[in-house]
Amino acid sequence: MKVYLKVWRQRHARDAGRFVDYTVDGINPDMSFLEMLDVLNNRLISQGEDPIAFDHDCREGICGTCGLYINGRPHGPVARATTCQVHMRHFKDGETIVIEPWRADAFPVIKDLVVDRSAFDRIIQAGGFVSVNTGQAPDGNAIPIPKEDASKAFDAATCIGCGACVAACKNASAMLFVAAKVAHLARLPQGRIEARERVLNMLTQMEEEGFGGCTNTGACEAECPKAISLENIALLNREFIKAKCAL
Amino acid sequence: MELKPQHGLLKSLVAKKILMALTGLFLCLFLVAHLSGNLQLLIPGYNGRLQFNSYAVFMTQFPLIKIISYVLYLSIIIHVLDALVLTIRNRRARTVDYAVKSGYGSTFASRNMGILGTLILIFLVLHLANFWYKYKFGEMPYMVSPEGYFVSQKGEAIAGAVLRDGHLWVNGVDKGPAMKDLYEVVRLAFSQLWIVAIYVLSMIPLGYHLAHGFQSGFQTLGLRFGRAFSLIRTAGLLFAIIIPLGFAIIPLIFYFFPEKLN
Repeated sequence: MKVYLKVWRQRHARDAGRFVDYTVDGINPDMSFLEMLDVLNNRLISQGEDPIAFDHDCREGICGTCGLYINGRPHGPVARATTCQVHMRHFKDGETIVIEPWRADAFPVIKDLVVDRSAFDRIIQAGGFVSVNTGQAPDGNAIPIPKEDASKAFDAATCIGCGACVAACKNASAMLFVAAKVAHLARLPQGRIEARERVLNMLTQMEEEGFGGCTNTGACEAECPKAISLENIALLNREFIKAKCAL
Repeated sequence: MELKPQHGLLKSLVAKKILMALTGLFLCLFLVAHLSGNLQLLIPGYNGRLQFNSYAVFMTQFPLIKIISYVLYLSIIIHVLDALVLTIRNRRARTVDYAVKSGYGSTFASRNMGILGTLILIFLVLHLANFWYKYKFGEMPYMVSPEGYFVSQKGEAIAGAVLRDGHLWVNGVDKGPAMKDLYEVVRLAFSQLWIVAIYVLSMIPLGYHLAHGFQSGFQTLGLRFGRAFSLIRTAGLLFAIIIPLGFAIIPLIFYFFPEKLN
C-alpha cells in the first residue's frame, strides 16, 4: 500500500517548523505505524537527508514513550492504543496522513515530532509518591484493602504518562494525568497519609507548568490508551475540596 | 511530604472551576424558578393577567426575593468573568494549535461553551432591556380591571381612583402604589415577529449550554459516584431540553395563538 504523509518538521525548539510532504510506497498493511516511519527514515538516511525524529521505546504499548498526533487524534485512529500499536491496515491505501507533535506550551517541541514531557516528571516529583522510611518490607496482607478500592486504584495506576490526555484536550490540560496519579494513591491507605499535600502540590505544579484547566469535555478519557476514567478527575476535585477545607 | 507554597485560592484552576460550577448550578435553579413564574403568562383572561402582575410585584418587593436577586446578579457576573479568565488561561496553554483537529470523544456543546455562553449573554442583555429595565426604570402601562378601574398592588380594583406619580388617589387620599401591567409589555413584545424569533432562537444555545453545563457542574464538584452519575447525566439532558422548550413556548403561543389567552 501507498500513503501520502504530511509530517511536521522542526529542526530545533526555536525553529518555526513546517509540514513536509512524503510519499511512502510498498508498505505492508501489517506494519506498525512506527515501522512505516522507520521505512521512510531509512530512505531519508540513504538519501543523505535528516531522518524524522519521533519518540518510541518499548513498541508494545506499555511504556508511554510514543506519541504522535495523527489525523487530528493523539495515537491515531485506534481506540485504547498507543501509536506503536496502530497498524497500517487501519488506514486506507492512498490515504493522506497528517502527523503532528503533541501541541501544548507545557510540552515544547524539541525536534520534529519529539516533545519535552518533563513537565509530567516535575508534577510527579511534586507529590506523586509515598514517602517511605526504609526498613523491613511489611507483610503483604497486613493492611486489608477492599477489592473495589484496590481495583480502582489499579485502574488509575495503569496511566503510562504518555500525554495523550494533554494532546487531546482543547485546553491542553493535564487534569486526567494528575487525577490518575492522585486517585491511584488516594484510594489506598498508604496514600491517605499525605493525601492533602499530594493533591495541592501536584495541582500547583500542574498550573506552574502552564497546562490549562479542565472543562470536562471528555476528550482525554476517549483518547487515553489506558482508558483512564473521568471519574478520577471528580475524585481529584473532591480531594482538592477536602484539602482546602481542612485548613 | 512538605506542602509547596500555595498561590491564592482564587488563582487555582480547580477553585475557579468550582466557582463556575456553583454559580452555574445556582443559575440552573434560577431557570426553574423563572420558568415556573413565566408559565403564569399562559393563564387566560383577566385572572392570568392579574396573577402574573401580582407575581411581578411579589418578585420585586418581597425582601427575601430581593436578597436572592442580588445573589443572582452576582452569580451571573461571576460566572461570566470567571469563564473569561479561564478561557484566556486555557488558550494560553496551547499557543500553537493543530493543523488537523477531530474533536473526537467530546460533544459540540462541551467544545463551544464560551461561544454558547456569549450568545446567551447577548440574549440576556436584550431580555433585561426589554422587561426588567422597563419595569424598574422605564415607562410602564398600568393595570386596569375589566370595569375600567386602576388596580392597586394588592390586586384590588379601586373605583374612581386617579393615577398620579404611580400612586392611586381617591378624593385626594393616597390609596398606595398602582400595579404596573408587565403582562401588557410582554404581550406587545411578543406580538412582533422579530422579537419572538430572537426569543425562540436564543433557547437553542441555552439548551446546548445546559446539556454540557448541568452534568459538568456535578463533575467539577466531585459529585460523581458510580451509577448515580449516569442519572445526573440523563437529568441534565432532560433539563437542557425541557427548560428552553418551556421558555420558547411562551412567545410562540403569544404570537400564533393570542386568542387562546383571552
